[in-house]
Amino acid sequence: MKDNVDKNVANLATPEAGAAPVPADGPSLPTDEMDTRRAPKSSQVAGQWQLMWWKFRKHKVAVFCAYVILFIYAVAIFAEFLAPSVPGASQSRYTYAPPQALKFFGQSEEGFLPMYVNDYTVEVDPVALRRTFVIDPETKVPVRLFAKGEPYKFWGLIPLDRHLIGPAEKGQPFYLLGADRIGRDVLSRMIYGSRISMSIGLVGIVVSLFLGILLGGISGYFGGQVDNAIQRIIEFLRSIPTIPLWMGLAAAIPLTMPPLQVYFIITVILSLIGWTGLAREVRGRFFALKTEDFVTAARLDGNSELRVIMRHMVPSFASHIIAVVTLSIPAMILAETALSFLGIGLRPPVVSWGVLLQEAQNIRSVATAPWLFYPGVAVVITVLALNFLGDGLRDAADPYA
Amino acid sequence: MLAYLIKRILWMIPTLIAISIMSFIIIQLPPGDYLTSLVASLAEEGSVDQSTLAGLEKRYGLNQPIYVQYWKWISGIILRGDFGQSFEWRRPVSELIWQRLGLTFVISLSTMLFIWLVSFPIGIYSAIRKYSVGDYIASFVGFIGLAIPNFLLALVLMYVSFKYFGQSVGGLFSPEFRNAAWSFAKVRDLIQHLWVPIVVIGTAGTAGLIRIMRANLLDELNKPYVLTARAKGLPETRMLLKYPVRLALNPFVSRVGWELPELVSGAAITAIVLSLPTTGPLLLNALISQDMYLAGSFILMLSVLTVIGTLLSDILLAWLDPRIRYR
Repeated sequence: MKDNVDKNVANLATPEAGAAPVPADGPSLPTDEMDTRRAPKSSQVAGQWQLMWWKFRKHKVAVFCAYVILFIYAVAIFAEFLAPSVPGASQSRYTYAPPQALKFFGQSEEGFLPMYVNDYTVEVDPVALRRTFVIDPETKVPVRLFAKGEPYKFWGLIPLDRHLIGPAEKGQPFYLLGADRIGRDVLSRMIYGSRISMSIGLVGIVVSLFLGILLGGISGYFGGQVDNAIQRIIEFLRSIPTIPLWMGLAAAIPLTMPPLQVYFIITVILSLIGWTGLAREVRGRFFALKTEDFVTAARLDGNSELRVIMRHMVPSFASHIIAVVTLSIPAMILAETALSFLGIGLRPPVVSWGVLLQEAQNIRSVATAPWLFYPGVAVVITVLALNFLGDGLRDAADPYA
Repeated sequence: MLAYLIKRILWMIPTLIAISIMSFIIIQLPPGDYLTSLVASLAEEGSVDQSTLAGLEKRYGLNQPIYVQYWKWISGIILRGDFGQSFEWRRPVSELIWQRLGLTFVISLSTMLFIWLVSFPIGIYSAIRKYSVGDYIASFVGFIGLAIPNFLLALVLMYVSFKYFGQSVGGLFSPEFRNAAWSFAKVRDLIQHLWVPIVVIGTAGTAGLIRIMRANLLDELNKPYVLTARAKGLPETRMLLKYPVRLALNPFVSRVGWELPELVSGAAITAIVLSLPTTGPLLLNALISQDMYLAGSFILMLSVLTVIGTLLSDILLAWLDPRIRYR
């Protein structure tokens, strides 16, 4: 895998650096002063992004987390195909069925089974008269790849019925992460939920970024009274406890509104606070750069204000902003999860991780079915990975680190 | 110091006005006004008293322009402490909110204290023993603490205590004290129940502050004055506490001010999960049943108290750091 990465770097590097070929082992600082008279070393001609990439690559945890995040987004993109079932499909015969373990290389009456899960037997609790499912090690449900299952529309366009993995025979129980209150597959719902939960962070951050760069830029570039006013607004927004405010705004969304619209309103509500942090960063950067020589030079060259900003100032702090953005996505994801969990964010039949966790709100249902916590595990892993990734990017973007 | 204080308090006034306008907008947001829903509910019981209606209309200025309504609402709060009528509870809002607000702030402030007491020593330790096992453990626990949403942590704690200890951790009081008058025993009971929400709400903040303390102290430790202090033979502990820790404390204190809104937020959602008798559950109920005067009053008072809390932390910072008050 490492070779692969290095090759990619080499491929990326040569056209961009435009000069001496990049050695496969990354930057090598000049050890000998005399060396500089020969062909320039790669680290001397490498662009800002090149340097950042080299530094980032050394941060092993961050690189690993980058792969985790890519994996989660891939899951979100191909959700319909990867999920063994569809989120709405319920089988009331299997309420709160516990998770089945996927097993390999078994024997059955018909012969060799490459993959299988154990079926359930029902036990009736003599006191509470409640049905509980127990895994029965005797029975085997054959499982195969590209199994025919519930029909779905891939990306809402192409009608298909093949799933990456599923029971060989449609209708057989297949609950790798257990089933919920009405026998829906928790794993499938989690995979579908990743689509909403992961995208709401991205869409929210785009809105925040737009507001943040615009207002932060105005604030930092012009300074004076405008700056003062914008700073007061930011201070005001940051002094309000966010969850009560979000709750107040989200509760005003009418129940009859179509889900897509609710999704966008929630995103806007979340961005309402999210932009303030970004605006502060951008403003700080503008203040720092305004008096730099290269900005003055660009202005004296007769560039327009807009060109000075877009062509000379923004590229010099873009890497830093990317790091800050990565660090603010988790906050968005957590906020959406919290609102949906309370029942005033996204609502069923939309599936997001927060909506799924609503099922776990009741301590009694969690006590009988602890696997309802799995969507929470997904949230924690995602947020953790994004935090490490953002930290790595920030260290890489900081020239003094 | 006095000039700074006055300036800071004056700056608070526009913020407070903005908060009150925002709360009023939230009250007005849901479709249909307060009176219509009241009439509907009274009609259900078959007793629409026209004179009561007329009185209410006059009190809230319901048929008048929106700024008149706002003025009547806010002047009622400031001059008479009248927050309006809770439509679901059929009682004045002011009767409902004070005790819950009080408990919310008991929880928030004790959580703040907890965060300080825990993150201060751990942050210092992490910085002076950089890259030690303890530092890695603290960083790891910190990252996990930042990644777990409050409500999930509360749920997991509840699940663990229910499953393995067979007891429920919800609530702030034991059943026998729930409706009792305040007494020494009740306070002790409160303290016994308080630690669960404090830990749940405080984890994320503690994690954040440990990292800030560590980063600040690391910056200071590399400065020449530390070398000078060591060179002149000052004992290490004394040197640490007297110079670098003292300087690293400033960003730490100012961060505490920013932490307060997050704590109040966290307290709201945690209280809903743990069903604590604080603002959270009542606010959520009020929002769901669109009891808007109650909900709006909660949002208003939570925000106002948070702003006052931030003011106090700013004053603390100015007292600690003369550079701020002379700026």
